[in-house]
Amino acid sequence: MTDVTVKIDGQDVTVPEGTLVIRAAEEAGIEIPRFCDHPLLAPVGACRQCLVDIPDAGNGRGFPKPQASCTIPVAEGMVVETQNTTAVKAQQGIMEFLLVNHPLDCPVCDKGGECPLQNQAMSHGQGETRFEGTKRTFPKPINLSPNVLLDRERCIVCQRCTRFAAEIPGDPGIALIQRGAQQQIGIAEDKPFSSYFSGNVIQICPVGALTSDDYRFRARPFDLVSTPGVAEHDACGAAIRIDHRRGKVMRRLAGNDPEVNEEWISDKDRFGFRYAVRDRLTSPMIRENGELRPASWLEAVAVAAQGLAGAGSVGVLPGGRLTLEDAKAYAAFARDTLRTPHLDFRSRPLSEEETGFLRSRVAGTTVTYADLDAADHVVLVGLEPEDEAGTLFLRLRKANRAGLRITTLSPYASEGSRKLGAQVVLTAPGAEKDALSQVSGVTEASVILVGERLATSPGAYSAAAELADRTGARLAWVPRRAGDRGAVEADLLPGENGLDAEAMVRAGLDALVIAGVDPDDTADPAAFLAALDQAGFVVSLEQRVTAVTERADVVLPVATASEKAGTFVTWEGRRRPFEKVFDKPAAYSDAEVLGHITAELSLVGPESAGVADETVVSSPTTTDSAATTTDSAGFRLATWRLMLDNGTLQSGDKALAATARPAFVRIPAALHAELGDVVTITGDRGSWTLPALPAEMADSTVWVPTNSFGRGVWADLASPGSTVTVEGAQ
Amino acid sequence: MTDTLTPVLTANWGDERAWTLPAYAATGGYDALDVALGMAPEDVQTMVKDSGLRGRGGAGFPTGVKWGFLPPPDPENPKPRYLVVNADESEPGTCKDIPLMMASPHTLVEGVIISSYAIRAERAFIYVRGEVLHVVRRLRAAVREAYEAGHLGTNIHGSGYDLELVVHAGAGAYICGEETALLDSLEGRRGQPRLRPPFPAVAGLYASPTVINNAESIASVPAIVKNGADWFAGMGTEKSAGVGIFSLSGHVKRPGQYEAPLGITLRTLIDLAGGIREGHELKFWTPGGSSTPLFTQEHLDVTLDFEGVAAAGSMLGTRALQIFDDSVCVVRAVLRWTEFYKHESCGKCTPCREGTWWLVQVLERLEKGQGSPEDLDLLLDQCDNILGRSFCALGDGATSPITSSIQYFRDEYLAHLEQGGCPFDAKKSTAWAEAVQ
Amino acid sequence: MSLAPETFDELREIAARYPQARSGLLPMLHLVQSVEGRVTPEGIQACADVLGLTPAEVSGVATFYTMYKRHPVGTHHVGVCTNTLCAVMGGDEIFACLREKLEVGNDETTADGSITLEHIECNAACDYAPVVMVNWEFFDNQTPESASQLVDDLREGREVVASRGARITSWREAERVLAGFEDGLVDEGPAAGSASRVGLELARERGWAAPGDAHGSSDLPEELPEAVEVADTRRAESETIAEEASDD
Repeated sequence: MTDVTVKIDGQDVTVPEGTLVIRAAEEAGIEIPRFCDHPLLAPVGACRQCLVDIPDAGNGRGFPKPQASCTIPVAEGMVVETQNTTAVKAQQGIMEFLLVNHPLDCPVCDKGGECPLQNQAMSHGQGETRFEGTKRTFPKPINLSPNVLLDRERCIVCQRCTRFAAEIPGDPGIALIQRGAQQQIGIAEDKPFSSYFSGNVIQICPVGALTSDDYRFRARPFDLVSTPGVAEHDACGAAIRIDHRRGKVMRRLAGNDPEVNEEWISDKDRFGFRYAVRDRLTSPMIRENGELRPASWLEAVAVAAQGLAGAGSVGVLPGGRLTLEDAKAYAAFARDTLRTPHLDFRSRPLSEEETGFLRSRVAGTTVTYADLDAADHVVLVGLEPEDEAGTLFLRLRKANRAGLRITTLSPYASEGSRKLGAQVVLTAPGAEKDALSQVSGVTEASVILVGERLATSPGAYSAAAELADRTGARLAWVPRRAGDRGAVEADLLPGENGLDAEAMVRAGLDALVIAGVDPDDTADPAAFLAALDQAGFVVSLEQRVTAVTERADVVLPVATASEKAGTFVTWEGRRRPFEKVFDKPAAYSDAEVLGHITAELSLVGPESAGVADETVVSSPTTTDSAATTTDSAGFRLATWRLMLDNGTLQSGDKALAATARPAFVRIPAALHAELGDVVTITGDRGSWTLPALPAEMADSTVWVPTNSFGRGVWADLASPGSTVTVEGAQ
Repeated sequence: MTDTLTPVLTANWGDERAWTLPAYAATGGYDALDVALGMAPEDVQTMVKDSGLRGRGGAGFPTGVKWGFLPPPDPENPKPRYLVVNADESEPGTCKDIPLMMASPHTLVEGVIISSYAIRAERAFIYVRGEVLHVVRRLRAAVREAYEAGHLGTNIHGSGYDLELVVHAGAGAYICGEETALLDSLEGRRGQPRLRPPFPAVAGLYASPTVINNAESIASVPAIVKNGADWFAGMGTEKSAGVGIFSLSGHVKRPGQYEAPLGITLRTLIDLAGGIREGHELKFWTPGGSSTPLFTQEHLDVTLDFEGVAAAGSMLGTRALQIFDDSVCVVRAVLRWTEFYKHESCGKCTPCREGTWWLVQVLERLEKGQGSPEDLDLLLDQCDNILGRSFCALGDGATSPITSSIQYFRDEYLAHLEQGGCPFDAKKSTAWAEAVQ
Repeated sequence: MSLAPETFDELREIAARYPQARSGLLPMLHLVQSVEGRVTPEGIQACADVLGLTPAEVSGVATFYTMYKRHPVGTHHVGVCTNTLCAVMGGDEIFACLREKLEVGNDETTADGSITLEHIECNAACDYAPVVMVNWEFFDNQTPESASQLVDDLREGREVVASRGARITSWREAERVLAGFEDGLVDEGPAAGSASRVGLELARERGWAAPGDAHGSSDLPEELPEAVEVADTRRAESETIAEEASDD
């Protein structure tokens, strides 16, 4: 890649070959006005605002007309004038045209104060318009989706939104419709713009045409304080910007991080933040006479310490929402304070195989987004990026469009796989081990990405590791929650002779210390709740009222991500530190709370400070909690969580919830033809009647979204790895 | 010395059932195809280049040179090559391709086959505007006949050359006459022009090497192959070789199609057409459709070739000679054309989309006698901000009637202001108006 | 209500004519119009399903082109050209007359569903101005009276024949032809109208022709006598060279 030197406004600028003039100008600190140009979208040259004069194209001859600098690559010796008479008149002319039909909505427009049209009209416009005619009007606003609203009068048809939708997530649910001055952004009748990434169009819209139902009319940019943060909804670590006012989050935007999420975030990252103000625990509580009552911190910590000191066996279940600092605190708490080996952050179906895998193949490793770009082939196993790791999905799709080959071992050919350009190898749940041994085209330049679902597929993790060893490919684990990888780094896994989370439930320990765990996520929700009821003493460190707090003996409220500083670790192993957004003196992080308990325990007495390790021998968690033989009358149950579902961190965000994709189960096409659109699925824990869509499925497999109905699949329908029956229900 | 009128493409338009294959073959149709198939494709290209044929769709780019822009076929990375015929004739005043395809579609089909052979294209498309049902019938039937007779399909005339030809009807959008918008439309998208580079010769239809030519250009190829490059080059002028169909419409006694060597003058053509209507004088006219700056009586002797018209300040375009006599209000004419551009603007770029919206409003006010003389300066400045600043030539074309009419008829605009309205009687310009004694 | 299976088959047939199926979208939308009388949401969904596009993308195409109508079109579509030349020649009067007669505005359909009246742009028949198109067939040299009669004939169901085209069928049947299905009417109508032939006939009358054309007279025009010798020599030379070349 050679460098090219050009002269822009008299300044010499040296940039890599192929750089667009508008980017080269930015290197020189010259901001050419623009609207349709966006560094991450293919140039279109539509708005014409970036017109510049090019007296010398690098060959001694000038362009006879001004050129759109967002479409012209630099050439050695090129001379560009962005502010001479020709360029200024051209730019002012375009600005005047843009304002011909643009309504003077600034006083009531969300974008006012952070509006590129306002700013550039002031900096590059001519001050007064000569237009005295009639502007075209439209009824406004209209819904492109339940959350994204369009004001067609304000739209300058820069097409950033339609180009984004088509290029980046591959969801062309908005398109240009009509022609000429009537041209507008539109959807097909009754078909809302459905994309997990729809909110990005609001952020990149250079005017106030696109707004969210969520934020509309709620604040002004000059009221807001912006704090950079890290998205807490998945393990991707997207950079976000949290805009808040008087202690309340008003909105979240994508942060700019070329190494991770570029300038995009999922709608869940963007609009999912009201959980932090719903049903919050406001004070510690202790159980007295069977009832929970508020208590002071001193009292609650003392009770907690006493209860733990008196317990024979203690299990610690930190869950997957922790920062790295909190995770390390739990590790120290379990090992040093409680001296118990029973420690497991996993709050969902797991396996012993996984425990070993995480320790040996995940902890301490690094595979980055850039490594995916550079790979020749990425193999996805037990991972559906579009639903489970939005930022990763966009990076993979971008890489695929640049030539990356992607293969996915998946129970059905999802839309997400299609958008990744992935070759789908239909793989029934449980068959991943065999499928992995047959994957071809994996080299040392390849990357294998495995999801946490493989814990329910005996041998799958090992097969993935073996494939990596055999070929020299890199291997990375993509978990669901933001704190999962940090928990692995902090080794929140069973110690020597320690029980994992499922074994703890079966063993019936004397005491449990539980943080962010939802019983319905676990492999056996009923057993988990029973274990809570049975346990002599339960300490819950939680943010809000849950099924765990309701059964706890001591409830200690802890801070959410915006109330503390901390570090998330992404699936890559990348540390993502973030600052505290809100200073709430009463909000303690998990680490701080554990510190208080530790201090209290040391006061209780050195003999009682360490909890004797009375290991209760119980049946180990076998790797075949999954039934390995298929009941001939049944279907294997494949499941994963849709990105927008009944998840706890999405509660309270009504506008976001309204954009969730309708949840369908997927059944084989032949079965759908036989049974129709509504089916009853029956598993060993219950029965659901749900709408169904036909799909190309792996043999004898059906797919059900994990947490879109009732209390979720593990609570209401079937145990992990089991089979279900399907009948018609119409 | 060539004759004043030289029917070549129009020569068989009077023949009985001229549109059928038997009629076309009876006068030597598809003989040229045999000649071409007996030559190397590159030699056919050279012949067309040497003939001096320039694009007949308005831009006048040398056709043989355009064909030469296709990259040489790459055996390692073979990409399909396409010929696309632009039969979207929609420029106001232009009416030569439609009657050609109605009367003698086989002339075009034969031209397509020879041209495709010359550029080694394996597939060709005729993109014809949708608003001409009978032309679509004639084209489709001609293609069917050609397949049946072995002029299309595999191993044409035993030469080993294969060609598939599809007739594709548009759906009503002037902008689809712009070659890259046409390609997008042919791909099943909105007809909005594309960024160039890449140029269609390198990445055109389906991102493959593509040549797009006007229907009349391609229809001229059989005659060139049959009669030789020199024959064609020997007609017309040095830089504007050959013959073209000149379309006269409006206030002449005999409007119609007059095929003549390039370089003829309007004076000659009007004379041939029987003169301006009785009792009237020529007031203004377009040399090449509404997108070309207007001419007046001053320009009767401008040679109608590319250089002559350009030197006089306009463009030869499609030789769409719309003739307006003294009964016609220039402001009314210009306003109506501007409404056309506004209606047809694709909307992609700001100056054309917003500019035409605004221009129409200013012109409407002026036509009604409202506004002020400064509005003329405003119009000129708006045009200055559109010309050369829009994404494609539609924006440019929209400015031509305005700037040229203000240049030659400023007083007429001012007269509207002075009189508070249009001084002309619209009834006098109609085709059935009583002759002026 | 979804489209009939036969229509889906025809939509697929259209798409299969092209190396890339999406190219079929414009003719497919013409087919939808022929079947549904307009572009319906069901039609859009059908095209989207056949081509693997989103309905939004298909809507974008369906709303870009003037010939696609979202509202029901009458049995016949009557387009009056009101671009500058035809307008000046009388198109404006014709449109005003029909609008008043039919009691509809631009792009509106009469109450009985028989006629949709629309302003149209230049339809490439300027030498026959003022022009009216019925279902995209040419009706040349119209006047308010003839246009009025034309509309009456259409409404009364009398046979109407285009000036340079076939007998009028219906807008839907015309749309089907545009979708690529022949209707057998190609041989109706002349090759060319009189205006189209006016130059050809004048040339024949005067013995003018292109060089080498049998229709040409051997008399040389008088206007440019100095060119005579040059022209003669060139032709002789080229013919001589060709003969020499063919001797090899």
